[in-house]
Amino acid sequence: MPPAIRCTNLVKRYDGRPPVDAVRGLDLVVEAGECFGMLGPNGAGKTTTIEIIEGLLTATSGEVEVLGRHWGRHDQDIKQRIGISLQETRLSEKLTVRETLQLFRSFYRQGIEPAEAMREVSLEEKADVWVRKLSGGQKQRLAVACALVGDPELLFLDEPTTGLDPQSRRQLWDIIRSFRERGRTVLLTTHYMDEAERLCDRVAIVDRGKVIALGSPRELIASLGGEHVIDFSLLNHNGPLLDPAEFSRLPAVESARLDGSGYSLSATEPHLALPALLGFLKQRGCELSSLTTRHASLEDVFVTLAGRHLDDAEAQPS
Amino acid sequence: MSLSSTRPVDSHDASRAPQPRQWPLVQIMLSRLREFYREPEAVFWAYGFPMLMVVGLGIAFRNQPVEHIAVDVQQSPAGERAAEALAKNEKFVVEVNDSEVCRRRLRTAKTAVVVIAEESSAPKYEYLYDPTRPESVLARGAVDDALQRAAGRIDPAATSDVEIDEPGARYVDFLVPGLLGMSLMAGGLWGVGFLTVDMRIRKLLKRLLATPMSKSQFLAGVMLSRLIFMVPEVVLLLIFARLTFGVKVEGSLLAVVGLILLGAVSFAGIGLLVACRAKTLEAVSGLMNLVMLPMWLLSGIFFSPDRFPAAAQPFIKALPLTQLIDALRAVMLEGLPIATQWAPISMLAAWGLVSFILALRLFRWT
Repeated sequence: MPPAIRCTNLVKRYDGRPPVDAVRGLDLVVEAGECFGMLGPNGAGKTTTIEIIEGLLTATSGEVEVLGRHWGRHDQDIKQRIGISLQETRLSEKLTVRETLQLFRSFYRQGIEPAEAMREVSLEEKADVWVRKLSGGQKQRLAVACALVGDPELLFLDEPTTGLDPQSRRQLWDIIRSFRERGRTVLLTTHYMDEAERLCDRVAIVDRGKVIALGSPRELIASLGGEHVIDFSLLNHNGPLLDPAEFSRLPAVESARLDGSGYSLSATEPHLALPALLGFLKQRGCELSSLTTRHASLEDVFVTLAGRHLDDAEAQPS
Repeated sequence: MSLSSTRPVDSHDASRAPQPRQWPLVQIMLSRLREFYREPEAVFWAYGFPMLMVVGLGIAFRNQPVEHIAVDVQQSPAGERAAEALAKNEKFVVEVNDSEVCRRRLRTAKTAVVVIAEESSAPKYEYLYDPTRPESVLARGAVDDALQRAAGRIDPAATSDVEIDEPGARYVDFLVPGLLGMSLMAGGLWGVGFLTVDMRIRKLLKRLLATPMSKSQFLAGVMLSRLIFMVPEVVLLLIFARLTFGVKVEGSLLAVVGLILLGAVSFAGIGLLVACRAKTLEAVSGLMNLVMLPMWLLSGIFFSPDRFPAAAQPFIKALPLTQLIDALRAVMLEGLPIATQWAPISMLAAWGLVSFILALRLFRWT
């Protein structure tokens, strides 16, 4: 079975002064049947990439193959087999949910009944309600239903849960999971770590137009060397800052780095690392102002690789 | 649902069975129609406004016989005598004022003509009037006749008057085809243009582009739904004009409907072209005004474009609204058969077709 998506050395340059390279040599392979996430900060080039794969933008250079076919040669063929939810689409406010789905259904040679699409996204009760009257989460579910109504093999979701409340997010995750459980393929973009961790079989971490890490969430976290993180900061610490490298010599500590005004250690076994850390700090005459331990997340992977947090990592033009 | 199921064996099999064909064109048009009639303001402006125009203009310009002529006579003993002579005829409304007031009233069109009578043995009059104002010219003639007769003139030829005021020759009859054309133009441009740009702003066009929807079907659907809105609009306008002013269609009603449909489609095509690249509502409004203004002024909605200089005529004739209104007037007022109107019809059709094809090529979906 060919991969659902294959991108080779994708480049997208937006003309301007100065020209902006949104995507700079991105490679991606999404296997059929997996839920694949592109994770990265705003401006990392995720939307540009996904829109190139969807055929809405043309790449400056590079190859794109979708379901074994190419844009420009098999457009109709590809469009019949994919479903798309864009980052923001405002559907017609004065059409009902059912009417909106009927409209979208009519574009596809084969697909599912609007009623079934509504059932998939739990909007049956809103069938005859105007789109205007829907909540943000319901609108987003309708957008996904519009993508499902053509019964696609491959589903694209660009930031599907951005701006939604926790309950709506979970509802959408369920929809995506059930789609994937039917053996279909999903490519989604997100800047939420937890979303990528819970939903995706594999994740590509994207930063500044390139894939900087690739693998299952578990693999990526494991690549940090320790599955636990110890965050701490020191009280009124005057004098020279402690060199993070000193901490990495402690038992069970794999790596250490400065994080804002505190320190962040990556540890394999906290029950060994913690007493050692406390002893070391006492010996240096330092007092703790806070200390927490937690499981490592994809956020830590991003911070380790990109040297900054996802939230404050707006892509700087360089 | 079995979790281990893989495509194509899954719960969707049942719904993958052949389904009744859904016509995208019909769905696109249905969506447009629903969005339109669920917007009360849009319905009012489309259907109510042209009717208000007919009422307003029909009343303002109703062809009433020239019943009263306002005449000012400059104050003097001879003036008083002249005023007395004029007052015998009921159609004159005579005022005697001093020189300055008379002139001011003429300047501000309160009076149509000013009579200055000179003190002399034989009656001698001077008329002040504005030769560019039709009623002023008419008043001068009527006043002169009355004063000449009062002074003893005897008309050598015997004349008699037969008054004719038939539907078909009044201003309102002339106006209705013009307003029909105007509604078709405004409806086509605003309806299609605004909607299209709005959909672009909402990224709905981009979303549609991501479906297998045919672009030409979408654009045709937008144009054709416009045509369906126009039918009740113009039918209402025609019925209304008939009931209130007795405006009749001299020629074939079918021909009028045909022209209206053609006009609606052509202007919808032009609307698409105007909106094919605009990214904001402000931009498209500006463009639409730019396109409509020459037609508003030149195409003969309110008065015949023959009044413009000969040099401008080829340009005026090239405008689609001129062609539409000319053909409508020929059929509605003169009762000419539709076959005589092939020139405006083909020109109008060409405008629509060329605009549609250009729009399809230039159209920006994102």
